[in-house]
Amino acid sequence: MTKQFKQYEDKIPEKILEEVKEHLPAKCSEAKVKKILEAVYSEYRRSLAQPGESVGLVGAESIGEPGTQMTLNTFHFAGVSELNVTTGLPRLIEILDGRKNINTKMMEVYLKKPYSTGKNIKKLAENMKETTLQAFLQEISINIANLQMTILMKKSKLKNAGLTEEKATKILSKTFKKFKFKKQKDYSIIVTSNSKDEALNEIYKLKEKIKDAFISGVKGITQVLPVKRGEEYLIVTAGSNLKEILKKEYVDTTRTVSNDLFEIEGMLGVEATRQIIINEVLKVLDAQGINIDIRHIMLVADAMCMSGKVMGINRYGIVKEKPSVLARASFETPINHVINAALTGEVDYLNSVIENVMMNQLVPVGTGLPGLVTKTK
Amino acid sequence: MSDVFLNNKFVGTVKKPEEFVDRIVSERRMGKLPITANVMFNQKTDEVRVEISGGRAVKPLIVVSDGKPLLTNKHLDQLEKNEITWTDLVKQGVIDYLDALEEENALIAFKEEELTPDHTHLEVSPLDIVGLTTALVPFGNFNHGVRLSQGSKNQKQAIGFYVANYFNRMDMDVNLLHYPQYPISSTLIHETLEYEKHPSGQNVVVAVMSYQGYNMEDAIVINKGSVDRGMGRSTYYRPVISEELRYSGGLIDEVSIPDKDVKGFRSENDYRLLEDDGIIYPEAAVKEGDVIIGKSSPPRFLSSLDEYNLTSSSRRESSMALKHGEKGIVDFVTITENSEGNKLIQVRLRDQRIPEIGDKFTSRHGQKGVISIIVPEEDIPFTASGTRPDIIFSPHGIPSRMTMAHMIELLASKTGALAGRRINATLFDSEKEVDLRKELLSLGFMENGTETMYNGITGERYKAKIYVGSMYYLKLKHMVANKVHSRARGPIQLLTRQPTEGRANEGGLRLGEMEKDTFVAHGTSLLLKERFDADKTIVPVCEDCGVIAVYDGRKEQSFCPICGENTEVSNIEISYAFKLILDELKALTVYPKLGLEGKY
Repeated sequence: MTKQFKQYEDKIPEKILEEVKEHLPAKCSEAKVKKILEAVYSEYRRSLAQPGESVGLVGAESIGEPGTQMTLNTFHFAGVSELNVTTGLPRLIEILDGRKNINTKMMEVYLKKPYSTGKNIKKLAENMKETTLQAFLQEISINIANLQMTILMKKSKLKNAGLTEEKATKILSKTFKKFKFKKQKDYSIIVTSNSKDEALNEIYKLKEKIKDAFISGVKGITQVLPVKRGEEYLIVTAGSNLKEILKKEYVDTTRTVSNDLFEIEGMLGVEATRQIIINEVLKVLDAQGINIDIRHIMLVADAMCMSGKVMGINRYGIVKEKPSVLARASFETPINHVINAALTGEVDYLNSVIENVMMNQLVPVGTGLPGLVTKTK
Repeated sequence: MSDVFLNNKFVGTVKKPEEFVDRIVSERRMGKLPITANVMFNQKTDEVRVEISGGRAVKPLIVVSDGKPLLTNKHLDQLEKNEITWTDLVKQGVIDYLDALEEENALIAFKEEELTPDHTHLEVSPLDIVGLTTALVPFGNFNHGVRLSQGSKNQKQAIGFYVANYFNRMDMDVNLLHYPQYPISSTLIHETLEYEKHPSGQNVVVAVMSYQGYNMEDAIVINKGSVDRGMGRSTYYRPVISEELRYSGGLIDEVSIPDKDVKGFRSENDYRLLEDDGIIYPEAAVKEGDVIIGKSSPPRFLSSLDEYNLTSSSRRESSMALKHGEKGIVDFVTITENSEGNKLIQVRLRDQRIPEIGDKFTSRHGQKGVISIIVPEEDIPFTASGTRPDIIFSPHGIPSRMTMAHMIELLASKTGALAGRRINATLFDSEKEVDLRKELLSLGFMENGTETMYNGITGERYKAKIYVGSMYYLKLKHMVANKVHSRARGPIQLLTRQPTEGRANEGGLRLGEMEKDTFVAHGTSLLLKERFDADKTIVPVCEDCGVIAVYDGRKEQSFCPICGENTEVSNIEISYAFKLILDELKALTVYPKLGLEGKY
């Protein structure tokens, strides 16, 4: 049997062969295997794109046409219960444009074995959330005579976050270096200013500022939500900080993802970003009940990641990379392209579709691609 | 303390806002305040808002106190005897005008029976919840809301008898219906509007059935006999207007048959219908290209010297002629003077429009459709009494649109037509369907409005009973005669050499960006090129400098404006638009060089 598979090793992709192997019945005659492999091979050949097939345009039309149906139910927010998420057309545009600042950053944090069973998941989640002093505050008062501010914190909250007053004092004195923080015996923290002239003024200003001081959790994560998916628990977060999250020892670093393309690109590289683009686009389309062949989306993702960095499908990204002046000029800001081409003496080799349509020449696609060569005697 | 705002400006505070509001209302009813003054107390924000500004829509309502309307039978009697008028009722405080603001605090009863002590107002009539045209929909309260407003929108596009003095008018783009009728099923509004003086439709016999699939997708099948008898026939009027304009330097346009030496002179044949004064005569039949008003204008620019030369006329032809696809008969000619003292000629053209395939008709319930076939009368199905419907309407238009009133009107009008009376079909106040059915039964018909019908082609009886009756149908102003357009070859634009745009210019139908993409997606490269060949040109190009060369017809050879005659020049085929953009780039001091290569 393996012999027959070997025959097809360079004809059929490895993954398909593996799949065939998996699905073969336990007992299967040599002849049958041969027949099956033949059928798989012809089916595989049939599903390949032919030379000259305009894959890009077919892909664009295949995504664009259902996209027009989507516009009607735009701005429809489907929440993961409490979380508000950008979906539908706005999200699709966000992904394909390669926006640096997306509307709702999210992460799916998978957990390592003992944690993923759901034990203490709420506490884990809470510890992930970015928490400011505000959350721990019981009372904050200013003593004008002594030029002091007294901060009183809630014991129970501190305990939940695994903190003590000492730790909090340390964190605060790190963030506000102009002030002195001192823990008292009654667990309150006394704040005094380092500068002598405007001590009171400074403290007044600090009173509001200190409430937003970051105390615990992961910066950037505004909301957390433990979710059970299948048998395992994971944490969905609003806001994203992949770098910090991946440092946590209880996080499964192989599966944890963010929906921010550029964060993924920075942390995990361009190949991961390609996969994220595909996943995110599919997520939007599934939510809308639209079915598009994955190969079209893969092509888009490939195009966006082709150069090794993520580029949006717009005039600052993919279109900018087109080799043809005329093609670029035909898509937004034509004057800039013409002027720059004239200055640098660019040559247009007329290798793609738009230029040839403009000049009314055969487009190098489909029947316009092949040339005929004959031998002369 | 509540804040008081007058026309959205803070003016002060009051201690007891409710009392304050009551006082304003009662003083308004006594006539001490303008009747359009409105006031509202907002409990949540603790604000009193008084409005006396202009531009607010207000609605009259009957005042109710203690669950009884102030409008009594006594008032009604007096009104009937013309002893009092509406204004008197307003003055007596029986009628309030409320705007959107005051309506917030009012509880308005829809009908008198619904009144409770809590109510503050009563609708003058339930009909008041819809507008004027919407109230023209018979049995409108049985319709789905969307269809109701569509039905009223359709009525605005109906061809009718819009004015009686149409003969003296020079309206633009106007249609007049021949033999207009008053609807059998009419509403109170029809009566108040004196609809019989300006009706806009006809009562026709409608059968709800399919006819060989010709009435799929909202299409309607109509009876040729009915068309021949004048159903849906209309006249289309269009004016042609021209003015003798005065220009600087004492120059003036001249209405006359232009001389042959005028720039842009048309053919002699085009001017054949003009009389000596340069204007066409009434009752002349005209078609495209024919000149209606002959006119010539002085030269546009007095720059070049030879145009000062008075011996040779350099006037321009500026006649009014019929454009592509237009035809008609000259109906009326006026020669007059406008406010600037210029001679003004107005010619009105008339064109009879007999219903044809593609003309749009509708009932009053948003059930519009287009004629798909005109069937000879003998092929139309007939009832036992021999009646043949004028229109065959598809039953598939009904379930999804839920236009119940369409069904009821058919039955009601059938009853009305048979009983020889008009049916009251006012919204919320129409005759009851049950009563209509009883009456129909007493007239010797099936009470549900169906009849046995026979196939007009084979004479066989249909197994199903057909719902057939009378309906008021409207012809809409969208007629194919104004819209049909096709082109194979035709005029092109001077600048780009691409086909002109629009029906009036015999233009092409654009194959746009997205349509182009479909060709590319199919890989039909050669077809795509051929489709865009409309402006292809053959251009000589210098192979050395890449600039477009010049062909010298006398020497029968090309030369390059840069490199001269001793250079290789090749002919290439490109679109003229591309040649144009190369020229435009050159004008912008950008030098686009064409590099030529062998084809293979």
